[in-house]
Amino acid sequence: MAGIEVTALHKRYPDGTVAVDHVDLSIGHGELFVMLGPSGCGKTTTLRAIAGLERQTTGDIRIGDTLVNDLPPAERDIAMVFQFYALYPHLRTRDNLAFPLRAEGLPKAEVHKRVDEAARLMRLGPLLDRRPRQLSGGEQQRVALARALVRRPRAFLMDEPLTNLDAELRADMRTEIKHLQGELGATMVYVTHDQVEAMSLGHRIAILNKGRVEQIGTPLEVYDRPASLFCAAFIGSPPMNLIDVEVADGNLHGQGGLVLTPPPGLPRDRRLVAGVRPEALEVTAPGAEGSVPARVVSAEWLGDEIIYVVDHSGQREVRVRMPPTVRFAADARVGLRHTGGTPAVYDVSTEELVA
Amino acid sequence: MAVSVDEAVSTGPARDHTPPARRLGGRGRSVLEVALLTVLAVVMLFPVLWMIETSIKENRDVYAIPAKFFDFTVTLDHYKDVFVAPDGTRSALSVSFLNSVVVAGVSTVLATVLGVPAAWAYSRFAVRAKKDQLFFILSTRFMPPVVVVIPIFLMYRQVGLIDNKLGLILIYAAFNVPFTIWMMKGFVDEVPAEYEDAAMLDGYTRLQAFWKFTLPLLVPGIAATAVFALIFSWNEFVFATFLTSSDSVRTAPPAVAGLIGGTTTDWGLVAAASVVFALPVLVFAYLVRKHLIAGVTLGAVRR
Repeated sequence: MAGIEVTALHKRYPDGTVAVDHVDLSIGHGELFVMLGPSGCGKTTTLRAIAGLERQTTGDIRIGDTLVNDLPPAERDIAMVFQFYALYPHLRTRDNLAFPLRAEGLPKAEVHKRVDEAARLMRLGPLLDRRPRQLSGGEQQRVALARALVRRPRAFLMDEPLTNLDAELRADMRTEIKHLQGELGATMVYVTHDQVEAMSLGHRIAILNKGRVEQIGTPLEVYDRPASLFCAAFIGSPPMNLIDVEVADGNLHGQGGLVLTPPPGLPRDRRLVAGVRPEALEVTAPGAEGSVPARVVSAEWLGDEIIYVVDHSGQREVRVRMPPTVRFAADARVGLRHTGGTPAVYDVSTEELVA
Repeated sequence: MAVSVDEAVSTGPARDHTPPARRLGGRGRSVLEVALLTVLAVVMLFPVLWMIETSIKENRDVYAIPAKFFDFTVTLDHYKDVFVAPDGTRSALSVSFLNSVVVAGVSTVLATVLGVPAAWAYSRFAVRAKKDQLFFILSTRFMPPVVVVIPIFLMYRQVGLIDNKLGLILIYAAFNVPFTIWMMKGFVDEVPAEYEDAAMLDGYTRLQAFWKFTLPLLVPGIAATAVFALIFSWNEFVFATFLTSSDSVRTAPPAVAGLIGGTTTDWGLVAAASVVFALPVLVFAYLVRKHLIAGVTLGAVRR
């Protein structure tokens, strides 16, 4: 296993598209590192550049101590799992697993040993003599994972490996991948557009947008203090409420008199926006202490929680997460109150976190 | 031809699945349909039937008035004449058939060998101005080939390709390459690029990955495309007429056409030669008909 260093990566295609503008990543030995972003943000291109399937226009990639810029994929000692599993259709599971080892020219006994080991780890016993066509999506993905395992590579690259599975199976496989990664202590770079996957899997998450890294941090850091307005709007379902605020009397004042605790070190003389998570707000009875008058626009009953959309001072839609026991009808007059700690505050012009 | 026959057959059972309410006129309409289809079949098939009949009639039956449909003596003399000259040597026609086989076969292979990798490259790589390039390739097929026959003739005279099989092979390949690229690109697009990515991670070069993993999955598409190219080259008449003159180079279409005219026309020989000429492509198209239809529909959707 080895760490991966990506320095000033830039990828421009011959047709002029810039897929990756500037990406710096430092992925630790044995880390499960997730690259998260909307489609077209450059996460897959970055991964393919690490794999050697794309040649970056400029920038350096190091795996362990080796500069791999000019090495073909096979010599980088990595394994990749694809969204479309890419099992060779004409080979049985057993041969699909053995294929990369035979290509490396390992002795037969060793191939056999490693295939058995990977098959046991991924519980593929009964599937070994089937062809990919005879396997379900989940089974195919397990075989694909096992095929990555047998090589004992220095790093695993995962390109949205769970996207094609149905929701239930996806959750199972997520657990399985996380467990496997921990057990092997493997360096793993995992690309996804699914924030739930990113949050639940990653030791650290890199959020990419338009070919640049917006933020790198642990899931909690990314959730609690998104580094930019893009991250604030991208992470969380529903996402953060972005509330225009002004600093006055040592407090943050939102529209309609909503008062938030200000973080220290706020710049004056700039337009600011506070990012407030839906669970940091509370819908109360009208006129409750510290609340501002508001009106319920709609309520989404999700069973374990209710997402209220409220307007206050007739202005914007604010989303509030409440336990299912607190019930207000649509159109009801209510109060809105901030209950969380200090919110993240952004500069409107730079779109970056200021405090 | 194989396509239209198959389609005509397949519409029959499909009709039966439509709910009765939607059958305007019910039985009346289906009678009309059968009648129209019968007329169409007769119009389409009668010339073929008559060709086959003429090829096995003796000459006096061929010219008999009123024409004899059933009551004639069967002979295979015309077929013998196709292959054997009166003096017992190989006939000029048989040489032209051989020329057709060589020209159509080699030009098809050439178009496939050039077109399939090109289609793969256009499908897989970010090529500069890809759409414009593909449009340019397609645009070479916009005009009817006849339009360029004079310029080609003059160019060929300069480089000495007139009356030369290589000349025909090159021009047919040139016409077939654009078609091959477009049709094959559709097939290549259907094969996930991840197979090649995975193979490259397993230690193969990109070309090896294409050769070992993508190409085998493309075989049905290649078969369909090659048959279309083969049919074009086999049937081509205009360029063959203009660019060849000697019996040793001439392909079958102008050779068969050359039988007509002069003082008398041996219609029995013309018919027999036509049957021999039509047979290989019909048999071939029948053998790969499944792929052909896949090719036609895929191409239709892709473009």
